[in-house]
Amino acid sequence: MDAPTIALVLVPLVLLELSLMGYALYDLFQEDRRVRGEKVIWALVIVFVNVIGPLIYLFAGRDESRGAETGGVASAPSASIAAILATWPTLSATQDAAVTTTNLTKRYGAGIVALDHLNLAVPSGSIFGFLGPNGAGKTTTLRLLTGLATATDGTATVAGVRIGGTDGRLARNIGYLDQDPRFYPWMRGRELLVMVGQLHGLQGAALRQRVGEVLEIVGLQDAANRRIGGYSGGMRQRLGIGQALINQPRVLFLDEPVSSLDPEGRRDILEIISRLRGTATVFMSTHILNDVERVCDRVAILHLGHLVVEGPIDELLDRYAQPIYELVPEPQQPGAIDRLAGVMRGQPWAHDVQTTPDTVRVFVNDPKVAGPAILPLVVSSGVGLARYERARPSLEDVFLRLVAESGSQITPPVTIPAWGLDGRGRR
Amino acid sequence: MMGFGILLRKELREQFRTGRLVAVAAVFVLFGILGPLTDRFMKQLFDAIGSEGAGMTFQVPPPSLDGAAAQIMKNLSQFGIICALLLAMGSVAWEKERGTAGMILTKPASRAAFLAAKLVAISINLGISVVLGCGLAYVYVALLYPAPFPIGGYVAMSLLLWWMLVIFAAITMLGSTITRSAIAAAGIGLVALLVLGIVGALPVVGPYMPSSLGTPARDILLGHDPGFILGPILFNIALVPALFAATWLTFRHQEL
Repeated sequence: MDAPTIALVLVPLVLLELSLMGYALYDLFQEDRRVRGEKVIWALVIVFVNVIGPLIYLFAGRDESRGAETGGVASAPSASIAAILATWPTLSATQDAAVTTTNLTKRYGAGIVALDHLNLAVPSGSIFGFLGPNGAGKTTTLRLLTGLATATDGTATVAGVRIGGTDGRLARNIGYLDQDPRFYPWMRGRELLVMVGQLHGLQGAALRQRVGEVLEIVGLQDAANRRIGGYSGGMRQRLGIGQALINQPRVLFLDEPVSSLDPEGRRDILEIISRLRGTATVFMSTHILNDVERVCDRVAILHLGHLVVEGPIDELLDRYAQPIYELVPEPQQPGAIDRLAGVMRGQPWAHDVQTTPDTVRVFVNDPKVAGPAILPLVVSSGVGLARYERARPSLEDVFLRLVAESGSQITPPVTIPAWGLDGRGRR
Repeated sequence: MMGFGILLRKELREQFRTGRLVAVAAVFVLFGILGPLTDRFMKQLFDAIGSEGAGMTFQVPPPSLDGAAAQIMKNLSQFGIICALLLAMGSVAWEKERGTAGMILTKPASRAAFLAAKLVAISINLGISVVLGCGLAYVYVALLYPAPFPIGGYVAMSLLLWWMLVIFAAITMLGSTITRSAIAAAGIGLVALLVLGIVGALPVVGPYMPSSLGTPARDILLGHDPGFILGPILFNIALVPALFAATWLTFRHQEL
């Protein structure tokens, strides 16, 4: 071959090779300096196998989860969130339910009943906690209500729209956050919100304004132009809330919205949820009961696919919380906890006795009988007390009791209407 | 199809940002160039290394447009099918597995639009790559051979090649919809390739198979009579909408 022919053959191939290698290296180093050491190894691999390296890298070698950063998130001031949400449309005062289900049932195969004849009515504008242990059917319910799964039996409406349609009416009225929100790692946060806004029909200045508002609400302004592949779990959760809010939904479905967050992230997200009261109906599944008590108006407890109870938190506590007496012995009394628990367990009014290393908790059936009887029993046991009080039962106590009782025998659910007083079921 | 335009823009950006467009185009450019080069210089290469050693004689045909056409089509169809499988194998399965399909489909976007945007974006990627690969191959043939390919026949060959790749992408996307695994989807694509290749060797039905489009494509390219090709071409044109319909029927009520 003569020199011009060799040049004809080699020059384009070399240029192609160099441009592929250059692209791969540029892409590798353009973001996130923290994992440079690891990237240098990748770069060497790419240079070494430069004929096929870029192809391997582009198709299989990219791990978008590498380099996740936790910085760059500034929670928006409460006043700022409130100011933005004040400009959003509010739900009109109504007694209509935002979510209703009638005998909603989901079976998988022949034997597995994930949800069994669920009947619910969630008041418009409320923050509704959907509780249950793992496998209770919470996520199944959310998937049915958002159209991601099809009910085996029964019906449901969300914001007045019957589920199961394909005309987009349901989607236009809801926002949805998955329990493990994952997005396109190559996309930037702002781009995702723009795309979701466009799907909801937003354009131009209205779209830009809404995206800006949502970014401020979820505190992602500074990270908006970074690739989602570099986001931490908390940032993805915030972005998930953001994309669910972009259409100012009438009903917002949140599946375990704070389960993967650190305390600060949890506080911020709960603050946002709390601020949405009156702007959207929030239907939130969770098993973090402290959070539910902080933000929710009403709760439903689901167990093994069955609704155990549903109603305003205060009324559930009044109705189901058993009085608790807490006894804390003076320190340095060996065996004091066991002795106290022993004398309490034998009593007919003691429904349950629980112990921790320094406390005995006595759940009683009838405080009128138990109250006067407890202290004489303590005296007879010879244990000196540092503290004795009647404690306020928590939602967790109610939850554990009802779930335990419903575990072996499913009884018809109890619904406490009390839609009341302020139209949101809150006293 | 609700949301199709927005989802197509997203898919095209994804093809570019993830480097898939660059990678596939590079494969086509590389093997498009190599086709005419291999045919043109094969004899010189064998002459240079000595073709009569150890008592053996290699008979290398002299370079010709026939040989160049065969090399181009062999290279681009083989590696093109691999690219089509790679592009389509995770298109739906990965989105189901990662949960992004659920995120998108709780928005006002239809499932048909979700699928169509993917197939169209993959087809556009393959189309751009075929244009680049075949275009450069054409230029190299024009430079290295006494006369270039007839342009009309070359365009027709390129179109048939592109459509064959789109068919394999559509088959693999159907596999990606049926399963939740990209590897299984690629397996379905490969099995389809094998089955269509075997059926393609049968009389009567063979010419209708997408893998059999290469023969009439080469005949058209070289100005030979391709015989009866209207039926096979119409059948293969209809195959993509039929595969898309099957994909949609599979995905329509699928739980995400």
